[in-house]
Amino acid sequence: MTAEARPVVPEPRWGGRSLTAARAAAVLIALIAAVTVAYATQGQPVVVTQAVITGILTGGVYGLVAMGLTLIFGVLDIVNFAHGAFLALAMFVTFGLVAALGVHPYAALAVSVPLLFALGWVLQYGLLNRAMGGPLQNQLLITLGISLLIENALLLFLGANPRSAPLPGDRALPVLGAVADTSRVLAFAAALALAGALWLILTRTRVGTAIRAVAADPRGAEHVGVDVRRIYALTFALGTACAGAAGTLVAPFATIEPTTGQLFTIVAFVVVVLGGMGNVPGALAGGLVIGLTEQLGGVFLPGQSPMLPVFVVFVLALFLRPQGLFGGNG
Amino acid sequence: MTRPGGLPGLGGRGTRRNLLLIALLCAVMIPLPLVLPPAQQAVAVRVLIFALMGLGWNLMSGFGGMFSFGHAAYFGIGAYTGAWLLVERGVSPWIGMLAGAALAAAFGLLIGFLSFRYKLRGAYFALATFAFAEMLRLIATNSDLVNRAQGYNVPLIQGSSLWMLQFPLGSPGYFWVALALVAAAVAVTWLFLRSRAGRFTIAVRDDETAAESLGVSAMRYKLLTMALSAAITSVAGAFYVQYYMFVDPDLAFGANVSIQAILPAVIGGVGTLWGPVVGAVVLGPLSDVTATLLRNPPEALSMLAGRAGLDVMLYAALLIVMVLALPKGLYGTLAERRRG
Amino acid sequence: MTVLEVNDVRKAFRGLHAVDGVSFTVERGAILGVIGPNGAGKTTLFDLIGGTLRPDAGRVVLDGRDVTGSPAHRVARAGLARTFQLMRPFASMTVRENVCVAALTRDRAGADERADAVIARVGLEPWRDTRAGELPTAGRKRLELARALATRPHVLLLDEVLSGLVPAEREPLLELLTGLRDAEGLTLVLIEHIMAAVMRLSDRVLVLDQGRVLATGTPEEVTRDPRVIEVYLGEERFDDG
Repeated sequence: MTAEARPVVPEPRWGGRSLTAARAAAVLIALIAAVTVAYATQGQPVVVTQAVITGILTGGVYGLVAMGLTLIFGVLDIVNFAHGAFLALAMFVTFGLVAALGVHPYAALAVSVPLLFALGWVLQYGLLNRAMGGPLQNQLLITLGISLLIENALLLFLGANPRSAPLPGDRALPVLGAVADTSRVLAFAAALALAGALWLILTRTRVGTAIRAVAADPRGAEHVGVDVRRIYALTFALGTACAGAAGTLVAPFATIEPTTGQLFTIVAFVVVVLGGMGNVPGALAGGLVIGLTEQLGGVFLPGQSPMLPVFVVFVLALFLRPQGLFGGNG
Repeated sequence: MTRPGGLPGLGGRGTRRNLLLIALLCAVMIPLPLVLPPAQQAVAVRVLIFALMGLGWNLMSGFGGMFSFGHAAYFGIGAYTGAWLLVERGVSPWIGMLAGAALAAAFGLLIGFLSFRYKLRGAYFALATFAFAEMLRLIATNSDLVNRAQGYNVPLIQGSSLWMLQFPLGSPGYFWVALALVAAAVAVTWLFLRSRAGRFTIAVRDDETAAESLGVSAMRYKLLTMALSAAITSVAGAFYVQYYMFVDPDLAFGANVSIQAILPAVIGGVGTLWGPVVGAVVLGPLSDVTATLLRNPPEALSMLAGRAGLDVMLYAALLIVMVLALPKGLYGTLAERRRG
Repeated sequence: MTVLEVNDVRKAFRGLHAVDGVSFTVERGAILGVIGPNGAGKTTLFDLIGGTLRPDAGRVVLDGRDVTGSPAHRVARAGLARTFQLMRPFASMTVRENVCVAALTRDRAGADERADAVIARVGLEPWRDTRAGELPTAGRKRLELARALATRPHVLLLDEVLSGLVPAEREPLLELLTGLRDAEGLTLVLIEHIMAAVMRLSDRVLVLDQGRVLATGTPEEVTRDPRVIEVYLGEERFDDG
C-alpha cells in the first residue's frame, strides 16, 4: 500500500556518504579540468588566476546568500522569491547607518540581523502560515508580492540612485599575481562562519532538532508536541536573518539599489537547487560551483553574459539531479 | 462530435452562454474608443494586452495545472519574431504573429517535453520555466542577430494600414485589433475546454494517475496545453511591439513580463474562463491611477511627487490580499457564489 | 483462453521488496480474488499490472501482448481498467463529467449516452450532477467503478470497491459484476478485505503475504490452507461482512 501514496515519482536515490563524496569529487575534478584547460588555452595566466580567485570569493558570497533560502525551501517548502528583497533591505539599512551615524559597515549587523529576523517572523506568522498546506503557488505568489512591496517601497521612498557603504581601509590584497579585495575576503570568511553556525544550530540544539523534525514530517512533529507554526515562523525568521547578515556583509562591495536583490534571488535559487534544498553545507559548495562557473564562463565565452552558463548548469541540475549535486537530505 | 455534459471544472453549466457573452461584450466595447479620450484609450489597450497574456497563462497554469513562472519566454518570442520579420525582412506583422505563435508553441513543447521527461513538478517546474525565460533574455541581450540590448524600433509608415498593423496616433484601430485578439483568445479557450482534449487536460490536472489509468496520455495533453498557451501569449507579445513600436530584451523576456502574465488570472480567478479578463480590467488602470495621484499628490504624499513604485506596490498588496482572502479570484468567487 | 498472465513480477522500494516474484494467470471470464494482510503488496501488484509503476523484473502479458513497463494509458487502451483503493476522482468535475472523460477515451460518438448508462448501472444517478470532490466515500467508490466500466475493458482490476459500502449496497454491485462477466465475458481481478464477498464471487483466490504468493486455489482450498489461516490469525477477517 506504500506505493499508492507516491505514484510514478522516481525512486529517490539514496546516496550514502561514499556516493556523496564521489559526486563532490566529480564536481571538483570537472572544475579543476576547466581551470586547467583555461590555463592551457588562454594567453594570460593571470587572467585565469584572477577568474578563479574572484570565482571562489563571489561563490562564497552566493553561498552566504543562499543559506537562508535553502533553509526556507527545505523546511517550509516555500519558493521564497522575496529573499533578494530582504537582502536589499539589509543593504539599505547598512547604508543608512553608515551614512547617518558614520558607523563601521559591519556594526550594522547588530541592527540588520535582528530587524530581518523580526520581519521574517512577522511575515511567516502573519501571512505565510495562512497559506501553508495550500497549493504551492500561493506561497510563491505571496513572497513575490512581498518582494515587489519591499523593492518598490525602497524605490518610492529612497529613489533609484545607487548607493554604497564602503569598508574603511578596503584594499586589493595581492594573491598569486592576482588581487582580492579585503571586503570580499572577509565576506567569504563570514560565509564559512555562518554556515558553521547554522549547521551547529540545526544539529546540536533542541530548536534545530525541532526544525529538522518539522522538515521531515510536520504532522509527525505535531504529534510529539512540536508547535509547528512556531517552528515555521522561527525557520523563516532564521532564513531572513541570514539574508540580513548577507546583505550587510556584501554592502561594502555591492551597488546598493532597490532592485539589487533580484539578481541575488535568481543566483540563490540556482545555488539551492545545486546544493540540494535544505542542505546548508551544500549551499556553500553550490555557491562556489556557481561562482567559478560564472567566472570561467566569462573566460571561455567572453561575448556572452556570465549568467548564461549559470543558467545552463541550473537547468541541467533541475533535470538531472533535482535533489542536489551532493545527495543530502533527499 | 457530441457535446456531452457541460464545461468540465466549471460546474457543468453556462456553456453556450459564454459565446453569447463574448459577442455581447464585443458589441458593447466596439464603440468605446470613439468616446474615450486618447489617454484612456491607451489604458484600454493595455487592459487588452494584459488580458491576452493572462488568458495564455491561465490555459497552461490554471486549466492545465502547470504553474509557469516563465511566460515571458513566449511573450518575448512573439515580440521578437514579429519585430525581426518586420524590421529585417519587411514582412507583415500578421504573418509575424503566426510565425511567432508557431515558434513559441515549439519552444513550449521543448520545455514541456524536457520537464515532463524528467518529471519536474511544483516548485522545480516553476523554476525551470523561469530559467528558460531568463536564458532567452540573456541570449537576446548578447546576440547580434537581434540587435543585442538595443532591440528594435518599428519603422513608421505613411498613413494607416491594417495589413501592416499600424495606425495614426489616437486611432481606434489598435483597440479594435486588440479586442478582436482577446475575443478570439477567449473563444479558443472556450472551444478547447469543450473539446475532448480540454476535458482530458482537466482530468490530468485533477488527477494524473487516474487519467492515465483510463487511457489518457498525460504527456500528450500537457504538451498540447503548453503549446496552445505559449501561442496565445506570443500573440500578446507580437501585438505589444506593434502598439508601443519598440521592444528590447527586458521588455520582451524580463521577469516582470512573467509576473504580468500571472497577475490577471490570479486577481480574476485562476482556472476560470473570464478570470484573466476581469483581472486585466482591474490591473490595467492601476498604474495610471497612481501616476495621476503622484503627479498632483495630496498634501500627505507630497514628498513622493514624481516618484515611481507606488503602482507596483498596489499590485503587490492586491496580489497578497487576493491569495490570502480570495484565492479563487474576483470572478471565480462570484461564479462560485452564484452556483450556491 | 488466458487473458492476463503475470510472470515473476518484482518491485522494491528503497530495498524493501513490496512485490517479490508474483506469478499467476487469469482465464477469460474468470474472477480472481486477491487477498492478504495489510502491506502484502496487493495494491503495488495492481500498480505494476496497470502500468502505474514499472516492474523491476518480470513480465505482464495482456491478451497475448507484452505490456510490461508500458505506461498506464497504453495498458488502459489495450483493454485493462482499474479502480483505486484511495479514490482518485477528478475533483473539479461532476460525476457525469468524470464518467464522460472515461467514455471519451474510447469513442467520441455517444460518450454521453454511454456515461449515463454506466451511471445508472452503478446507482450513481442521484449524484449525477454533484461535484466528485463533494461525494461521500460510498459515492466515490462507485464512481471509481463507473469510470472503469465506461472504458469498456476486457479486464477489470478492482481495488476494494466494496469496502466502504453497507451490505445492502454491496449486493447490487456484486450482481452487476457477475452479470457483466456472464454477459460480456469480462475478466475480473479483485482485491477485497470483505471475505464473504471474495469467497462468494471468486473462481480462484490468490493469497499474498510480504510480496509473495502464499497460496492459490479455489476459495475452499485456500480457506483450509493452514498457512493462510496462520497469516490471518487474529485479523478475524473471515467473519467480516
